[in-house]
Order: sequence, then C-alpha cells, then structure tokens
Amino acid sequence: MLSSTAENLFWMARYMERSENTARLLTGLYHMSLLPARRGAQAGLWEGLFQSEAERNAYLAKYDAFKTDPVLTYMVLDRENPSSIRSCVWSARENVRATRHVLTTDMWETINSTWLDIAKTNYADMQDMGHHEFLEWIKVRSHLFRGVAHGTMRRGEAFEFWRMGVFIERAENTIRLLAARAHTFKPTGPISREDTATLDYYQWGTLLRSVNAYKAYREIYKSQIDPRRVVELLTLNEEIPRSVMACVEEICQVLEGLRPRSRCFEQSRDLLNRLQSARIDRVYRTGMARFLEDYRAGLHDLSLQIQKDFLMIQ
Amino acid sequence: MNLSDREKPKIFDEMHAANGDIRPAYRDYSAWLTDQSLERLRQKHAQADLLFRRLGITFTVYGEDEGGERLIPFDVIPRIISHEEWSVLERGAIQRVDALNAFLHDIYHEQEIIRAGIVPAELVMTNEAFQPQMLGLDLPRRVYAHVSGVDVVRVDDKTFYVLEDNVRTPSGVSYMLENRETMMRLFPDLFAQSVVAPVDRYAEYLLRSLQAVAPLGVDDPTVVLMTPGQYNSAYFEHAFLAMEMGIELVEGRDLFVDSGSIFMRTTEGPKRVDVIYRRVDDGFIDPLAFNPDSALGVPGMLSVVRSGRVTVCNAMGTGVADDKAMYCFVPDMIRFYLGEEPVLQNVPTYSCRKPDDLKYVLDNIADLVVKEVHGSGGYGMLVGPKASKAERDDFKRRLKAEPDNYIAQPTLALSTCPTLVEEGIAPRHVDLRPYVLSGEKTRVVPGGLTRVALKSGSLVVNSSQGGGTKDTWVLEAPVVIEEEE
Repeated sequence: MLSSTAENLFWMARYMERSENTARLLTGLYHMSLLPARRGAQAGLWEGLFQSEAERNAYLAKYDAFKTDPVLTYMVLDRENPSSIRSCVWSARENVRATRHVLTTDMWETINSTWLDIAKTNYADMQDMGHHEFLEWIKVRSHLFRGVAHGTMRRGEAFEFWRMGVFIERAENTIRLLAARAHTFKPTGPISREDTATLDYYQWGTLLRSVNAYKAYREIYKSQIDPRRVVELLTLNEEIPRSVMACVEEICQVLEGLRPRSRCFEQSRDLLNRLQSARIDRVYRTGMARFLEDYRAGLHDLSLQIQKDFLMIQ
Repeated sequence: MNLSDREKPKIFDEMHAANGDIRPAYRDYSAWLTDQSLERLRQKHAQADLLFRRLGITFTVYGEDEGGERLIPFDVIPRIISHEEWSVLERGAIQRVDALNAFLHDIYHEQEIIRAGIVPAELVMTNEAFQPQMLGLDLPRRVYAHVSGVDVVRVDDKTFYVLEDNVRTPSGVSYMLENRETMMRLFPDLFAQSVVAPVDRYAEYLLRSLQAVAPLGVDDPTVVLMTPGQYNSAYFEHAFLAMEMGIELVEGRDLFVDSGSIFMRTTEGPKRVDVIYRRVDDGFIDPLAFNPDSALGVPGMLSVVRSGRVTVCNAMGTGVADDKAMYCFVPDMIRFYLGEEPVLQNVPTYSCRKPDDLKYVLDNIADLVVKEVHGSGGYGMLVGPKASKAERDDFKRRLKAEPDNYIAQPTLALSTCPTLVEEGIAPRHVDLRPYVLSGEKTRVVPGGLTRVALKSGSLVVNSSQGGGTKDTWVLEAPVVIEEEE
C-alpha cells in the first residue's frame, strides 16, 4: 500500500474516533453541569476542557466566559476550532475521500452523509434536538462508521492501519479524560468525608458513564466509587474496551501482524509492559498526573515511530 | 408534449420526428414516460441529487471553503441512440483516433505528413503542445492517445459532426458510469425489459489497454493512476477509476526516480511502477523538464519515459493533435494514414490564418461561432447570433490582431433531447462524448457522456457554463432470427 494511503487511513480513524471521544467528554461535562451546584462541583467545569494555555487563549479570543452554550458551540460546531467535532468529522471525511479507492463504498457513504448532516447543523438545531440527543447522535454515527468498516473492509493492510489509528486515538483520549481530573487526586487518605464522597460519586460516576464503564465498575468492584479504582479500571483493566491497556494490546497485535521486526512494534511492547507491571497503589504514590503524562508522551512517540517505520514521513 | 413552435421546423429532436412521431429508438421509453407523472420524475430527480451528493460525485470549486463542492446537474431523461446510429459513431470514432495516433507517431518521427505538404510544418513545430523531447521516441504499440474523447453533435437524421477531439487527459467518463448506475437505481423497471448496452466494462477495458502498453519485457506490469490531488476538480473520477481498476491512486509526492526507474513509496518500501495513467497535464508532470514550479509532478520522470522504462498514458505531447487548428486536418489524416474516407464529418471550419477565410469570418461574424484555437471549456468563444454588437466588434478587433489564434464555424443547429426543466419536459440541446480506448486494439464502450445545455436555446453544454449530463443509452441490436440467404 502507498505510504500516503496508510497515513490517510491512520488519520481517518483517529479523527473519527476523536469526534466520538469529544462527544463523550462533552456529554459527561454537560451532565455534571446539570447537577445541583453543591460545593463548587461546577466551578472550573468547562474551563477544565482547555488544558493548555494555547487552547484557552484560542477559546477566549472568541468567547468571554466558560459557560455551557459558548463552550458547546466552540467544541461541537466551530469550524475555526480544529478540534471541534465538526472539524474532526470534516478531517476524517477528507482522509476517506483521499483513500476512497481502497475503502468500501459503504464507508464513504456513511462518513459523507454524517458530514453532510453536521455541515448544515447550527447551534439552534442542536438546541432543538437537545444537547444530549445531538451528542448521542455523533456517538452513534461513529459506532456506525466503525461497524461498517468492520463489516465491509477486506482484512488486509488498510484494515490494520485503520485499526491502529482507532486504538492509538482511543488510548490517548482515555488518558486525557483522566488527566483532566488528575488535579483532584489526593495522594493519600481514604475517601472518608461524606461530602467528598458525594462529589466523587457525581464526578467519577459521570466519567465512568461517559466511557460506558459504569456498570463494569459496579460489577467488578461492587463498592462505592473510588477515584483510584476508576483510574485502575480505565488504565490497567484489559477487559474494558476503552481502557488504555485494552487499546495498547490491540496496537501490539496490529504491529506484530504488520511488521514484527520493527522499532514501532518494540516500542508498543514496552508500553504494554509498563501497564502490565504497574500497580495502582504505587502509581498513586508516585503521582497520578505524572504517570498519565509520561504515558501520553510514550504513545505520542509510538505514533511518530509508526509514521517513520511505514515511510509516512520522510 | 409539444415542442415550441419556434424550434419545430429546423432543429432535429432526438425523440420526436418532425411530424410528431416518436423515433423508433425512443418508442419503448416514450411509452413508459407517458405513464409517469411530472411529480414522480421530479421526485426521482431530487433523489438523484441526493445520491450524487452522498456518493460525493462532485467537482470542487476553487476558492471556496469546505462547502465548495458542486454537483453537475443530472437529468433523469436518457439520451437514446439506436444500434444503427451507434455503429456509425463507433466506426467513426475508432477511425479518427487511429488516425490521430498515426499522426502523433509520424510527427514525432519522420513527419511524412508534413513532407507530403498536407499539414504545414509551422502548425506542428510552433504548437505549444508539441514536445520536442518526444522526437524519435518509440512508444509501445505506437499508441500516444490511450484514452480519447471525441465530441460529437448531431444536426439532422443522418449527420453527426465531430466538434473536437480530446487526446490530452479527457475527463467525464465517471459520469458515463455513474449516470448509468444512478438510472438503474432510480428506474430499475426501465432496465428490466430494455436492451440498453451495458457500460460497466469500461474500467476493465481501460486497465487492459494500459497493461498492453507496458514497457517491453515487463510481464505483470504495475499500473497506477496519477492525480493532481483531492482538490482537483476531477478528483472523484480519478479515485473512482483507480478503485474500479484496483490500482493505486498516486500523487507526485508518492513517486520518485531512482536508478533509471520510477518507484512509489509504499509501507513495504519502494515499488517499481511500469505504467502511469496520468491525469496531470504535460506542463506539470516533471518539474525538471517542464514547469519548475510544479509541485504535482515527479522530478526526472521525463528521462525515465525517454529511456522506455515507464509508459505514460496519454503520452506527453499529444495535445498537438487536438487543438482547433489541427482539427481541420483530421479528415486528411484519415485519408493519408488509413487510406479511408472519414466516417464522421468535421464541422465546416474557417481557419482565420487563411486570408480568404478571415475575410469571410469578419463579414459573416453574426452567423458564426468563433473559437480560440487553444481555448477550452466554452471560454474564449463568441456565439455570433447571441452576441451583442459590441461583443462582435470586440472579437473582430481580436481576430484582426491575432488571426492565427482563431477559427470559426457556422452556428450548428445541435439536436435537442427532451429534458426535465422547471417548466416541465422541454427540448434542450445536447452533444455526446464517446470514450475511445487504444491499447492492444482500439475500442469504444457503447455509450458516452451526453451533455445538455439546460438553458432554453443555449448551445453551450459545458458544465462550467451551466450544462448538465444525461445517461446515454445505446440500444443493442435486436435479436432477429434470420434465414440464411
């Protein structure tokens, strides 16, 4: 396959996955914004979305406050915001357009009709439909695209590059989701005080729901919601499809199939080992934020190495 | 349905004879059409639009943002060609392309047609599209134009004129294929009982032609399609054809020259390329040899072409055969190279570089269509009867200043075909572009691109100027059991 085609497939998958993850993230935050305003649960809620100074500034250049309506406009429909859902769907669709000769017609039609629908949506439409419903629709369109890809693509290189994009993006997103809450981690101490527990319940419960892991948490831990266990579930548990562990396992599998003797496969194995040998209590003691940041950097390096090994960048 | 009285006497309608009878090729269709309500047709029309948009059969409009993708209007009423008419068109188109290929081989070799005094040397040698780098180069099977579009119009029941030849990188064939696909999706009942010749083998024939011209000694050639990229107006077609043929769609940046061959960058390392079906113009193909600013091409490609290690389709320098000044000589080429009389006629053409012709054109400009020799897409053109006095005077000035740059033709009464427009079903002028493939043999897929001028009375069918397209049906020969004589 052409290296440029592989690159397009990789990014097509990443952008589509990113649009879904942004929708998930926003759904979670939106729900939290509707909770009773107890003990500042809402303070900094929307602002927390903008983790870097550059992102904050880009937002503040257009809007003056971190409130539901402007933030959702900016994150969902703003065509000048390269990470808005609209922009992600557009980028995904352009990458499909560049590779449609290796994709199935169904894939093209699915993403193109998603794009055509989102292109004509404005904020009023989204309000009419309901924020929750609209974000849900985005998620469903992403599910549909993934299903179509799974159900129609020939199992060959193109399929593998698509898969790789999906899982790298998903792993990064799960980390980002946790990192956004990293400042609330307290390195020691049990969750004793009643009001903290309530807040944790809301915040971490919402987070779990946004990645469809709430039920799994209940089944596995059978206890009240403890941030530490949430992190454990979403990083180290291989059974949860959106956990970092599950994603990295998939990446290793893909790379082993494509190029077992390559730098990038080695790197993916190292990343997997890091998770396999990690224990949540130790991670907690050394600092959650740092652990997540290091791992994010590791994934980023892997992504670059993949691009190098498959000649996507010269 | 009635034709407007004004148009009744002179203009040939594809469906209706002058006495109001339905022509034989349209009989079945017409019977079906009378059962359809206008409302249903409009519904189908809207459905077609939706289908085209969903499939992304759009062309890009430059300078607009992500919304800059437009549809070429599609008309749901097909243009139908009888088996007998088609066999003439087919023979004529093949003959013409064979002659053009012979001409191209000749002018890049012995130039016998110039020595014989048939084509003036300066028309060839000073032609912008002439590529001296191609001189003396032997191409596989002597084919230069592997894909050609021969634009044909009809003026009466017997006469088809060739309006122009397109032997550079003719486009539009995806519309021939997708229009059919769409018609079959919209009106399956129409096809169930009809005898419409299928067009869907085009891609297979194209691939076969491309494989047939691989460099000598290459058994299982790697063929690629080279596109200027996804923002080119014909990108959909490039992707579509690559997909249909199952070959890689490459851009200049995917290719590089190494030790005398061309390679593409793949995930498994460099892979040699043997045949390039390029949809990039001559001037952009190799920045070392042609346009140094081109970011679309491959540096050093021409030297590989010259060494015969890669075949570029269409060959570079084919444009010399299809400009409007050379057009006048095509009938002579057919006689000279093939020893045959042309099956299809040229439109009577005045070359303004000849003083007598120029005088005639200046005197009769109100009745003529004046075209720039190198113009295309309906630009740089004056339609005398429709033009204002000021426009005509302006063209007269230009003609006197640069007579070599213009030709003129009588205003043709292009045939009309019933078309669904706002007022209902009304006659609109059409042309036809069959696609001719040359490789191991020369062939035409039964069909083509019918373009239709959607504005009432308009003769300009170009999509850039408000033209649309129709599905083109060629009826297969009726199966008749005849007794042997």
